[in-house]
Amino acid sequence: MGTTPDPSRSMLSEGAKPPSMEKHEFSVIGRPLPKIDAWAKVTGETKYADDLFLPRMAYGKILRSPHPHALIRRIDTTRARALPGVYAVITGWDLPRVKFGILPVSQDEEALCTEKVRMVGDAVAAVAAADEETAARACELIDVEYEPLASLMSIEESLGHPEVRIHEYGDGPNVHKNVSLQFGDVEAAFARADLVREDVFFFEGNTHLPMEQHAAVAAWGPDGKLTLWSSTQTPHYVHRLLAKILDVPAAHIRVIATAVGGAFGGKLDPFAHEIAACKLSQLTGRPVKIACTREEVFYIHRGRHPVLMWIKTGFTQDGGITGCHLKTWLDGGAYGSYGVASVFYTGVINPVTYKIPVYKFEGARIFTNKPPCGPKRGHGTPQPRFALECQIDKAAEQLGLDPAEMRKRILHEPFTKTANHLTVTTIGLGECIDKVVEASGWRRKWKGWCRPPALPAQPVLGEASEGAVTSAPSDKKRGIGIACSAYLTGAGTAIYWNSMPHSGVLLRADRGGGIAVLCGATDIGQGSDSILAYLPAEILGIDPKDIRVHAADTDLTPVDLGSYSSRVTLMCGTAAIQAAERLKGAIAEATGRKLGVAPQRLAFRDRKVGVPDDWDKAIPFAQAVELAESMHGVLAFAGSYAPPKRAGKYKGGGVGPSPCYSYSACVVDLTVDEESGEVELHDVWIAHDIGRALNPLLVEGQVEGSVYMGIGEALMEAQIFRKGLHKNPSMLEYKSPTTLETPEIHTILVETDDPEGPFGAKEAGQGPLLPVIPAIANAVYDAVGVRIDEIPIVPEKILKGLELRRQGKPPRVGPERIPLFTFKEPIVVESAFGQPAEAMAARPFADAPSSGDSR
Amino acid sequence: MKTRLSLTVNGETHEVLVPVHKTLLEVLREDLGLTGTKHGCELGECGTCTVLVEGEPVLSCLALPVEMEGRAITTVEGMAEGSTLHPLQQAFAELGAAQCGYCTPGILLTAQRLLEDNPVPTRTEIKEALAGNLCRCTGYTKILDAVELAALRMGRQPAAGR
Repeated sequence: MGTTPDPSRSMLSEGAKPPSMEKHEFSVIGRPLPKIDAWAKVTGETKYADDLFLPRMAYGKILRSPHPHALIRRIDTTRARALPGVYAVITGWDLPRVKFGILPVSQDEEALCTEKVRMVGDAVAAVAAADEETAARACELIDVEYEPLASLMSIEESLGHPEVRIHEYGDGPNVHKNVSLQFGDVEAAFARADLVREDVFFFEGNTHLPMEQHAAVAAWGPDGKLTLWSSTQTPHYVHRLLAKILDVPAAHIRVIATAVGGAFGGKLDPFAHEIAACKLSQLTGRPVKIACTREEVFYIHRGRHPVLMWIKTGFTQDGGITGCHLKTWLDGGAYGSYGVASVFYTGVINPVTYKIPVYKFEGARIFTNKPPCGPKRGHGTPQPRFALECQIDKAAEQLGLDPAEMRKRILHEPFTKTANHLTVTTIGLGECIDKVVEASGWRRKWKGWCRPPALPAQPVLGEASEGAVTSAPSDKKRGIGIACSAYLTGAGTAIYWNSMPHSGVLLRADRGGGIAVLCGATDIGQGSDSILAYLPAEILGIDPKDIRVHAADTDLTPVDLGSYSSRVTLMCGTAAIQAAERLKGAIAEATGRKLGVAPQRLAFRDRKVGVPDDWDKAIPFAQAVELAESMHGVLAFAGSYAPPKRAGKYKGGGVGPSPCYSYSACVVDLTVDEESGEVELHDVWIAHDIGRALNPLLVEGQVEGSVYMGIGEALMEAQIFRKGLHKNPSMLEYKSPTTLETPEIHTILVETDDPEGPFGAKEAGQGPLLPVIPAIANAVYDAVGVRIDEIPIVPEKILKGLELRRQGKPPRVGPERIPLFTFKEPIVVESAFGQPAEAMAARPFADAPSSGDSR
Repeated sequence: MKTRLSLTVNGETHEVLVPVHKTLLEVLREDLGLTGTKHGCELGECGTCTVLVEGEPVLSCLALPVEMEGRAITTVEGMAEGSTLHPLQQAFAELGAAQCGYCTPGILLTAQRLLEDNPVPTRTEIKEALAGNLCRCTGYTKILDAVELAALRMGRQPAAGR
């Protein structure tokens, strides 16, 4: 059985620092510790929602619409109810007649549709039965009479048929949201430019494909109180919305997020199966479980929006950007979901990466009769990132500039504002570019813009992956590409307006030295539970193992808004630090009295509290806790976090602000087979400005996962529909990368110690996906001289581009036109580009004592 | 129609009375309470539900228990010996190879079989062995690293029977 460390030992026992540890040296932060839930996950002990089996539990199934757009004339559940083993059958008429939606501005969903279905897969009825098979059979016995309506399956169809209305609300027929913002005079900026490019790009929609299908168990007790266990990223929002949807006081509802088996944004809305399970439990007096099938998950969706983009940018001779104008059209699907935020996100993060002094953004989200799109890793930003980074590559070619060098020339200035009034703090992008250029051997591998089109076998350089080919057959062409990005570390505003904390932590100290951490944050695999152990452990000088984390239970834990927008480490981390500092203060006061020293002189480390110069007299942490409880009573302290209020003072200024932004740079080395059009990735180098890596192992894991997901989106993943039906709703037909398609990923972490982050940390879970997709597109061009302006880059498109090149036509494959569409009159605001950031903005609830010697 | 079966899982023999068409995956999870085996697609596409039957990886969502009588089935719950984790489990935990953890049991068991056949696999051989197991969180990097680490550790101290 190998010489493996015993998991019962201290996480820190090896190499624990002596008490003379220098200031600024950390005992927990920065160490590659295992996650606190790692042991449960490798033994199969972790309980996901579908692993819950409660006594007397019934099994539910949802009946879903086979029509993309239809009126419901009649629903008859008689035959289903008569089936032996069926406990209850419900339709939307059994639920309160309220519409809901995750965003207050888009209340357009029903858990079970009553009058109209808007997509294949819309839920119309639900059954609870003794077992799943009986429930499924009962669904088949529900008679629904539909009157099919004309269905709208694309942006063009929806805009071209205003007489067919998917919803009665919005900014025009089938237009969910129409946005227009202007920061400075773009036309004047284009007039100043040496080169102005207009390009059109398309990014096909794709889905999260979490390994765990959504599942929920509801138990409505005889006391009238409801408990829902669900595979959700946001128990708080589900809690709030259930109260509205079921018309039950929130005080009588408890939502517990079970371990989540992957989410990536796909478990952020309230879903029909959760609501139906609750209602069925109320009616049957039994716990009810509904576990979605894989096919259902493809329809539940809320994933990446298909986005058509037109982008016009002015460049100067030396690569500078004079101004940028972006138009986006999002295929939103059948419901609002997070769509209003999604539209804004296709525009507002763009100016964070580079200097864009003048910026105009117009965006529209269009309803179609397909599953609704929403947030997927990067929420609305990977699509325009692809567009802008490919356009910059094209401009670099026209200007004769090295695309890596060009990007370095246009870096944003730290601690300044963007054109659209976003405050940027630290920026590690320059170092990120340097690191990937160096590590990838860019200067040797990139052959310049004027390579002969049909170069013979290229020499392959040192860092290539194993089994490096020294010569390739002539139909295989090697290429290298670069791209960069920025992403927010937590949305600056909640999805409903309020002045309360975005994240709260309660810390309770046990006699004996253990600490319980309670927080609403939801661990979806990213490691938030572990962060909640590491940070208090660092501050209190104890081992993360001395801490138990209780998370994501609306009865017990202070609210955390949810695992989205890369907000969790920064927000719950900062709240945890505040709570830990307060506890530390109480312990120091009591210990100081005992030792006869000022509390400020005390250090906390190695499970001891004492004066560093007189460490022999230090007392065990557990004893210090008892002294403190004797002095103060029960030791329970709260921490709260809300982001600094920095929203731009214009309508729409609430989307985009973030405490700080992460930066990434990526280089991809690949081969394109000119015979088959297939792309083979060799290596991906990615450097990520993480602020500070609280645990480098977890950060690397987030970066690698992001790169992987970007690769899937770039080369194969796509949600495709025919007559409303998903063409590939299975894990075999929906292609995603296996171990064989995933190249070696070389991750480099760059630390900038951001003043806004906990111990300087920024996000890692989403941003690193962004540059991967355009880096691949740019590398394909480098390899075969074909521009694929449309994601995914499948072999057919490359072959088409090569054929165009052979015919002497422009070797470009992508959208040819944009819709006839009138955007709103823009909200015109002066560009804030280059203005200095305000002194670190005051945060609400930030009155904690300074982190003192723990920093 | 239900049938009575005798299944040997992780060295213990269980009598179960189950419908003949119920899959091994369902019987393990619902009748034997071994929820460590997960379902990802129910169609044999993702590798999540992998268990070992006589040491061979089998997709339990496609296997019928009636075929399993008298054959030794191993699930993730059977990997550790008592409270001592299998070196693969240890390495996966230490290196962060389990993020959401949902695909982990299937990957661990597939890797266990690989290391039994090939105690010193190359990275390419590990990739080939795991090509039928999808993971959406890790980008596979830490998983490959963990299998390599476990192989290294197991090679250093070959235990009886491995």
